[in-house]
This record gives sequence, structure tokens and C-alpha cells, in this order.
Amino acid sequence: MEKRVTFRGWMLPALLIAPQVIISAVFFFYPAGQAIWQSLFIPDPFGLSSQFVGLGNFEFLLTDRFYRASFLTTAVFSILVTLCSMIPALFLAVIADRLIKGSGVYRTLLIWPYAVAPAVAGVLWLFMFNTRVGVVSWYLGNLGYDWNHVLNGGEAMGLVVVASAWGRISYNFLFFFAALQAVPRSVIEAAAIDGARFWTRFWTIVLPLLSPTTFFLLVVNVVYSFFETFGVIHTITAGGPQQSTTILVYKVFSDGFVGQDLGSSSAQSVILLIVVGLLTIIQFKFIEKRVHY
Amino acid sequence: MKKTLFGVLATSTALLSPLAAAAETEVQFWHAFTGRLGELVKAQVEEFNASQDAYTVVESHKGNYSETLNAGIAAFRAGEQPHILMVFEVGTATMMAAGGAIKPVHEVMAQSGATFDPDAYIGAVKGYYTSTEGEMLSLPFNSSTPVLWVNRDAMSAAGVDPDTDLSTWQKVGETLDALKAGGEECGLVTAWQSWIHLENFSAYHDVPFASKDNGFAGLDTELMLNGPAQVAHLTAMGEWAADGKFIYTGRRNEGGANFRAGECALFTESSAGYAGISSEAEFDFDVRPLPYWEGVGNAPQNTIIGGASLWVMEGHEDAEYKGVGEFLSFLSTSDVQASWHQNTGYLPITAEAGVATRAAGFYEQNPGTDIAVIQMTAKEPTANSKGLRLGSFDQIRGIIDEELEAIWAGDKSAQEAMDSAKARGDALLRRFETANR
Repeated sequence: MEKRVTFRGWMLPALLIAPQVIISAVFFFYPAGQAIWQSLFIPDPFGLSSQFVGLGNFEFLLTDRFYRASFLTTAVFSILVTLCSMIPALFLAVIADRLIKGSGVYRTLLIWPYAVAPAVAGVLWLFMFNTRVGVVSWYLGNLGYDWNHVLNGGEAMGLVVVASAWGRISYNFLFFFAALQAVPRSVIEAAAIDGARFWTRFWTIVLPLLSPTTFFLLVVNVVYSFFETFGVIHTITAGGPQQSTTILVYKVFSDGFVGQDLGSSSAQSVILLIVVGLLTIIQFKFIEKRVHY
Repeated sequence: MKKTLFGVLATSTALLSPLAAAAETEVQFWHAFTGRLGELVKAQVEEFNASQDAYTVVESHKGNYSETLNAGIAAFRAGEQPHILMVFEVGTATMMAAGGAIKPVHEVMAQSGATFDPDAYIGAVKGYYTSTEGEMLSLPFNSSTPVLWVNRDAMSAAGVDPDTDLSTWQKVGETLDALKAGGEECGLVTAWQSWIHLENFSAYHDVPFASKDNGFAGLDTELMLNGPAQVAHLTAMGEWAADGKFIYTGRRNEGGANFRAGECALFTESSAGYAGISSEAEFDFDVRPLPYWEGVGNAPQNTIIGGASLWVMEGHEDAEYKGVGEFLSFLSTSDVQASWHQNTGYLPITAEAGVATRAAGFYEQNPGTDIAVIQMTAKEPTANSKGLRLGSFDQIRGIIDEELEAIWAGDKSAQEAMDSAKARGDALLRRFETANR
């Protein structure tokens, strides 16, 4: 028994979906089409002339060792950001859910970081880890660890991951917390009477029931780490050292808006479009099958 | 009610703006200066506006150098470009190649009838912004050159004579050893590594940075920064970095904070660092000429400039260009230049302003402030030391920064890093050549 609303005629449905279609056309299809068109040219920055190069921009990119490396960088970065923002969020949500008193206060405090814009978050973390005046790097120095994300690629990656994930924990927390509240008490109580301890109940009952939320957050966080973290990267490392934190989106920005190379930048957005398209298909085809609604 | 209010607003703006325009012709000037420099630019503009009543220059800050250039480019594409756009030296080739977007300064000056004597400008400064035919394309605005800053107290604390000769890198190397032995934890720090240790290094030793006269003679130029002189210098710097005698802090002027806080003994930085260092440093400092390697190339040749110039954009009325000409001519006057030079540490753009500054006794009261001027003008520039004119240079600098970081981290030898920088940079130069064919 499928739930389905049927319309008579096509006018009303067309009218109802029109706003979404128009928005998609103006803000997505039109610019995407332009990007595809522009990716076939090498224009000069002022738009005075432009040379048709066919797939030359793509060839230039794919033969660039650093561009290929940035796929791996992006994958590592996205996985780390997603894990670092979802696991602590889930943990905090579980803890906050068990609270009887004062959960409202914790909830409010935990949501705060979400209000901080990525670029500002980047600057905050940069201050703490600044190799010269940073509080954290000073303590690390006292412990005998010489923190230098300016030269050490691994440390730079760690820093941008933490700075990107930090604000997201709040967002994820909110969703996990809401989902936990929706888990029926009776099921959990029944399990408790059967002698299941907290973590057994969590793994066997709560987590599966959270799967729709987890899946939604997975998709949203991957998209976030792909597209919205660029402010953090720009303020902390500007893609360095040695491009170890240059993710695909950051390269689109730096080539297009710093380097004025709009041809290459367009070609990169086309590649990015394909990558994200594939990723979305994979997520919905394979991971969604394991989700129970 | 809302509608009427909106109507009133629309009418009043429509009425007001032509009135203002009729009285004075407006000239838009976009620049990249904030803080103290922003105030000084504002003061210059106000002085010009007060000095006559035919034109009003409107200055607006559009972000850092890269952002200002981007704002100018985006505005041009939308047909809303300012009259005058500040572009940093790295963007010079981009502007120069954009024939239809810019109006060369010599043309603007000829048309406007404002006083303009190209010979009044210092050769090493204007050379950067002059065509191969010798015509000035943009007006040099703020130009500086790298020098060596010395923390005299840190030298003494480490048991090194603060008056030690630091004119050559050989001597700097010995001093760094002595500083380290004396317990100094940060011997040398630098700002703008590519600009100082490659671009200026090449000019100063009279070795090419790129073929075709560093790009002046054509777009089919290739990088030559992997030559033996550059590699030897970077190898030495790499060894100093490995020994903890040279501390790397970042690609821009991050090292300035370390030096001004008194943490480092030696600092290679622009002469324009003067304003910041003189106001913040709580130690005795002095300025020395940039060191060179004794016996390498023709060192010391002259160093080259960094900074920005003013480009006039195409697509405005003749009357407005007349105003632009007047304003640029005002900026070049000796008084304006001399005070700019003395307040900021930037080089004067005319020889006359330098003379006026010396006559006013400024150099005696502020020892070392003339070193940059001497360093740039002591010798007639050669094809290797006139400047750089390379397309996509902002990105190429990024590549150079990455490769230098690989040397400092010990991941690559100087030769490997520079070979890689050349290969990667050349690929961008070829793209720039294609785009501007």
C-alpha cells in the first residue's frame, strides 16, 4: 500500500514544481552549462579574447601531478572531517540524551560553535596553533613537541580538519540529539529488562534506529567538507605546505580568482561536478540500502 | 506609504547625482591599502581634492592586492571599472597584456596636457612599468626593495659584535654560526621568500630569472631560476634551515612578527618594513644592504622593486581622463613623493623627491632609510635586473613557495626543487602565452 497523491491534469503539478525548477535552472543548470562551455577555452582575465583549446584544459590538469594528488588530499580530508564531526557529535548527543537535569544548557552551549563562520573559525584555530604566539603550540613546545604546520604537511592537514570539523559537531549534534529523542523508550526499556547493558542497547537498538539520520548527515557532511571548508583552508594554510591541504574546491578558487586562469578553473569545476555526481550515486545506491526507515 | 517613500528616494537620488557630477568630474581610484597606509592615501586624495575644484577623486579600498586586482577585472567585465586601479607588481604582465582594458599612462598624460616628464622618475623604479619602447604604461606608486634588518641587542646578547660586516652571505653565514654558538635560537628569518631570495637574488647577482630578458622581450619566456647561482644560495639557506639557524615562518611577511618581537637577530624584508619595525621594536635595530655572495655573478648589481603601480582603465570620458592626468601628475610632485617616502619607507619615485628628502636632513635623523634608494640606484639596471614581466606570476610565486618549503623541510635538494619549479612554472607561462596570443 503505497502512499501517493495523484493530480488530475498537469497544470497544477507543473505550477507546484516550477519554483524549484526555475531556481535550479538559474542557479545550477545555467552556470554549470557555462562552466562546461568555458572549460573548452583559455580566456584572458579581462574577457577581451579567448582561445579555443578543446580538451586542452583537461589535458593540462590531468597531466599535472599536483592536481592528481589533490584528489587524494580531498578524499583524506573529507573522510577525516566527516568522521571527526560525526563521531564526537554522536557521543555528545548520547551523553546529553541521558542527562535528566540541565540538558537544555548543554544543548545550547554545544550549538554555539555552529554560529561561527568557517573563515572566522579558521582564524580562531590559527591563533591557537600559531607557531609563534599560539597557546596550544606553546604548550606543545613545553612538552618538547615542535609544532610547525607551516612546514609540516601532516600537521597542517590535522589543523584544517579539526578547524573544519569543530563547527560541524554542533550541527550534527543537533540532528543526532533530535533523533535520539525519537527512539521509543519502550524498546530500550524492554531491552534493559532483558539485561542488555547500555552499550549493548546502543549498538543493537539505538544505532540502527539512528541510521536514517546518520545517512543524511553523512551525505551533508561530505558535501560540506567538499565545498564549504574552503574558508578554513584559505585562512589557515592557503593550500600549503607543498599543496598538502589543497583540496579540489580550493584549487578551483585559487586558480580562478587568484591566478585569473578561468579556463583551468572552469575545467576543474566540471571535473568536480562529475566527482560529486558519482559520489552521490554511490551514496544512494550502496549505502542507502543499509538504512532502515 | 512604502511606495511613496521609495519614490521620493528615487527622485531625490536622481536629482542629486547629476548636480554633483555637473560641479565636479569624479575620478574613481581603487586601492589595496588599509591602516596607516590607507590613511596616508586618503590624505593624498583629500589634499588633491582641496587643491582644485574641477575634479573629485574618490578613493575606495578593495581588499588586499590580489582582491583589488580581481575587483578591477570583475568590474571591467561588468563595464563598471574605476578610472585608476592599483595593481601589485606581480600583476604587471597581466595588465600589460590586456591592451583593450588599459590606457597607458603616457597616453593619458599626453591627452590631459598635465605636466609629465618621464625622465624625472627613477630608472630602476619606472623600468618595471615601462614598455620595451621606453613608454610608461603605469605610474609607479609604492615601491620598495629588500634590505637586511639587524637586531643589534640580539647580536650583543649572543656575544656577536653588532657592527659585524654583513655585506656578503659568506659573512652572514659566519655570523649565523657565531649567533648559534652564542645561544641565539633564531638567527635569520625572512619575509617574501620568492621575492627576496630568488627574484631579487637573481637581479642582484645579475643572473637571469627567466629567459627573454626576464619576460620583457616576449611572452615566450621560460624560467631560469634553477641556475647554479640560485641553487647554491638555496642550498646554503637549506643547510641553515636544517641547522636551525634560518627559521621559516611563512610565505608572506609572517616573519616580521618574530623580528619585531625581538626573537630573531637578522631579518630579510622590504625596506617598507620600516614603519612597522620603527614603531614596534623595543630594541636597537639597524638597516643594512641586502647581502650578496662574493664572487657570484656581477654582485652587487641592483635590486628590483616590489609594490604596486597605478593603472588607468579604458572606457571613460575624455574629461575624466583629464582629471586622472591631473591627479597622477599631483602624485608625482616632489613634495607629495618626499613625504610618502619619509612616512612609509617606500622608495621615492622621482629623483627630485630623493634629493629633497636628503636636503631636509631626513636620512641623517633616520640612519639607514636611504640604503634602499642607494641599493637600487647605484648601478644602471641590466637586462637581468630591470624587473620581471611574467604572466600568471601570482600562481608561479605560489609554486616557488611550495618548492622552497620542500627545501626548508629537507624533502628536496635545492636543485630538485628549482627544476620542479621551472617545469611547473613554464607550463603556466605557456598557458598565459596561449591566452594572450
